[in-house]
Amino acid sequence: MDAITLDNITKTYNKGKVLAVDKATFTVAEGEMFGLIGPDGAGKTSIFRVLTTLLLPDGGSGTVAGFDIVDQYKEIRNCIGYMPGKFSLYQDLSVEENLKFFATIFETTIEENYELIKDIYIQIEPFKTRRAGKLSGGMKQKLALCCALIHKPKVLFLDEPTTGVDAVSRVEFWEMLKRLKHQGITILVSTPYMDEAVLCDRIALIQDGKILSIDSSENTMKKYPGRMYAVHSLNMHKLLKDLRSYPDTLSCFTFGDSMHLTFREDNDGNVTRLNEYLNNIGHTNLEIKEIQAGIEDYFIKISEPAHG
Amino acid sequence: MDNIAIQADKLTKRFDDFTAVDAITFDVRQGEIFGFVGANGAGKTTAMRILCGLSRPTSGAATVAGFDVYKEAEKIKKNIGYMSQKFSLYEDLTVMENITFYAGIYGLSDREIKERGAKLLDRLGITHEAKTYVASLPLGWRQKLSFSVAVIHQPKIVFLDEPTGGVDPVTRRQFWDLIYEAADSGITVFVTTHYMDEAEYCNRVSVMVDGRIDALDTPSNLKKQFNVDSMNKVFYQLAREAKRSGD
Amino acid sequence: MKQFFAFIRKEFYHVFRDKKTLLMLFGVPIAQVLLFGFVLTNEIKNSKIVVCDYAKDYASQEVIRKIEASRYFNVQKASMSHDQIEAAFRTGEIKMAVIFPADFYSDLSHLNKAQIQVIADASDPNTATTLTSYLSSILNDFQTEMISTGKVPYTIKPEVRMLYNPELLGAPNFVPGVMALVLMLICAMMTSVAIVKEKEMGTMEVLLVSPLKPYLIIIAKTVPYLLISLLNLTAILLMSVYLLDLAIKGSIVLLFAESTLFIISSLALGLLISVRAESQMSAMMTSQMSLMLPTMLLTGFMFPIENMPVAMQVVSYLIPSHYYYVIVKAVMLEGLGFASIWRETLIMAFITLVLVGINIRSFKTRLA
Repeated sequence: MDAITLDNITKTYNKGKVLAVDKATFTVAEGEMFGLIGPDGAGKTSIFRVLTTLLLPDGGSGTVAGFDIVDQYKEIRNCIGYMPGKFSLYQDLSVEENLKFFATIFETTIEENYELIKDIYIQIEPFKTRRAGKLSGGMKQKLALCCALIHKPKVLFLDEPTTGVDAVSRVEFWEMLKRLKHQGITILVSTPYMDEAVLCDRIALIQDGKILSIDSSENTMKKYPGRMYAVHSLNMHKLLKDLRSYPDTLSCFTFGDSMHLTFREDNDGNVTRLNEYLNNIGHTNLEIKEIQAGIEDYFIKISEPAHG
Repeated sequence: MDNIAIQADKLTKRFDDFTAVDAITFDVRQGEIFGFVGANGAGKTTAMRILCGLSRPTSGAATVAGFDVYKEAEKIKKNIGYMSQKFSLYEDLTVMENITFYAGIYGLSDREIKERGAKLLDRLGITHEAKTYVASLPLGWRQKLSFSVAVIHQPKIVFLDEPTGGVDPVTRRQFWDLIYEAADSGITVFVTTHYMDEAEYCNRVSVMVDGRIDALDTPSNLKKQFNVDSMNKVFYQLAREAKRSGD
Repeated sequence: MKQFFAFIRKEFYHVFRDKKTLLMLFGVPIAQVLLFGFVLTNEIKNSKIVVCDYAKDYASQEVIRKIEASRYFNVQKASMSHDQIEAAFRTGEIKMAVIFPADFYSDLSHLNKAQIQVIADASDPNTATTLTSYLSSILNDFQTEMISTGKVPYTIKPEVRMLYNPELLGAPNFVPGVMALVLMLICAMMTSVAIVKEKEMGTMEVLLVSPLKPYLIIIAKTVPYLLISLLNLTAILLMSVYLLDLAIKGSIVLLFAESTLFIISSLALGLLISVRAESQMSAMMTSQMSLMLPTMLLTGFMFPIENMPVAMQVVSYLIPSHYYYVIVKAVMLEGLGFASIWRETLIMAFITLVLVGINIRSFKTRLA
């Protein structure tokens, strides 16, 4: 049985004027870690709110843990864990009080499900008497995760759990998610950070309410049409301008310390010709090599029409 | 000395017994894109506030655009631009009204406002949106517009506080195109970011850990120094050692 | 049930950990009672009054001697014309004028009754009532003395004229008003702010997604404010009895029962606001504009309703605090029982029912 199904879910705001989710369709298998990848305003949060029964869809249908998201919202609320995008704990309650409160309203106790949260909780336990508002971003995230897990949910919804969290905490957070997945919990997670996509079993790329692609991260990368080259030179900004005006260039974007470049037509002479051209207009320390396109490359590729 | 935009010498800020910024020393050259990265609570925001003339340091010395942060905060404010992810433009004002307002604050004449405003809109390709309310612009456009407004008075230095948070990958790159252009025109760019690939775009990057600057160099030198292949890993190695947990 | 109590405990943590909320809940009521009642009634010593004695006979001299002996009055004897007296009032030189007519003693001895004229500055109603009642008791003393000395019982009838504020809205009237105001403030404003805060913080999402029944969330959010309101009510009553010397003449049980009804209607109003408001700021503004101001202006404890334009009068009959004010005045000040306030109670119950009904209808199990 699939843990989550969406069938042509549509959601609009302002009486239909703003289309937030446009016929989204996907399924998440039981025990799978599924990523919704897209920028702010893509419709990720709307999908989460529809699935967590907080909002009614304007069209389409869906299920969570086998229950209908419209008619059986009470059953769904009993078996899911949800961490909204905003930090959603009581700032004026201590770490322990927050956890106890959420345990009680989910009709359980900390002791009952301690095994599940132990790994995470021991990291914040030294601060258990501290008010949640006084924790660092990474700590808050861990506490919020504990609170969402305290009743041992079947499906866990994490809306942008790593936004605004520093790189170290982000890595730790994803390691925790991996361990939870091994315990059999289905996880739907959203993130604007493309580099986190590779950590999911499967990902859906989403922009402007539309799902652009659904596949494993490996396959998503492989779907990139044509060959991709990384180009590096001493003067990167000049390189960007030069590559953009180069007649054979199809697309060129900065990626970290190099430019990711595709040609209009892939042929073996491309690299030599480009090398020569760049050398002639004064670039030094040139480096051109073929690379495997990443998820961000693919995202840019398929979302390009939206940018004219 | 002319080509130094920002100079900090053992700059320190203490709150009671908590040292938010711990004797940081660095220079930023005119026209340089200077990346300022660090974990949450490492002291970035505090340091940035001092340099913008908003907060008085406890000890140490610093000059911004040649002005002293202790005595000449008002002069500093005239010579810098500032943009953050959280606050940028008034949503209930139109694009042009925002431009006029900010340009007006910095004392641009009506003619300058008109000329530079038109140029700015043309550069962003949104001339036809001049009378649109900012609230109805897509997020990516807003961020680009807000950066352009922050440099409309052609400041010597522009401070960017996580300018690209949550922005889609294409717009992020267009945003960096704007940053490069500004740097080419001689504006010094001081930028904080959570995206480590963006740290690679900077001329030099400083990594703050527990209020100190633990590393400062060009991205390629930092990668060599830590023997890794990305800035993300450089950052991870440094920030892992952090002892602070409070924000 | 355990969930419910855990929730209420959490609510109390919020209340007791935020200094601003605490000040709102406990500081404001006390300050209001002190402001409206205590401060206004406490400064009536050595009030300047003018006595115009046109009789200059034995009886008038005796009464004036008694007035002078009182520590409340600082007597100035003069023969002033009516215009002069009025001018003295305007400049605030005097608080009261007592005028003995020329034939005071002869009226008293021949007709067994006489009149004196008392004019008080009722723009400060508390002072005016207190001063006139002091004067009445002095006159009463005088009369009893006359009886005890074996003379024929006389009646001196003071003819009291209140200048500027003939309705005489004073301290005793303020206490019921303050009660209405404070209960409205705590119930409506604090509840709506507390609920909107959860929306703003994003915790409402988590609560709704939990198995906790949404109506329990709402009830649990209101219970602490109901309890705090009752506590405040007790405090106000204690203060009015022991600080303002304002005895509760009617049944305390009835007073608390009526108050609970009013509290429930206020809570329902607060909930209505919280459904619509998106930020704590807007919840605060809405409660102030639509609840606090009408309570202050239209219940009749500051301005007499009879003197208002008809439209305002109509509005005043729509707000629960209007009826609550009438009820408290009747029970607390006049000592009346349920029989004389059942109409107001019924109307208030009806309004409460309507409000609760609207709340149930607009009640949401989802975000929007």
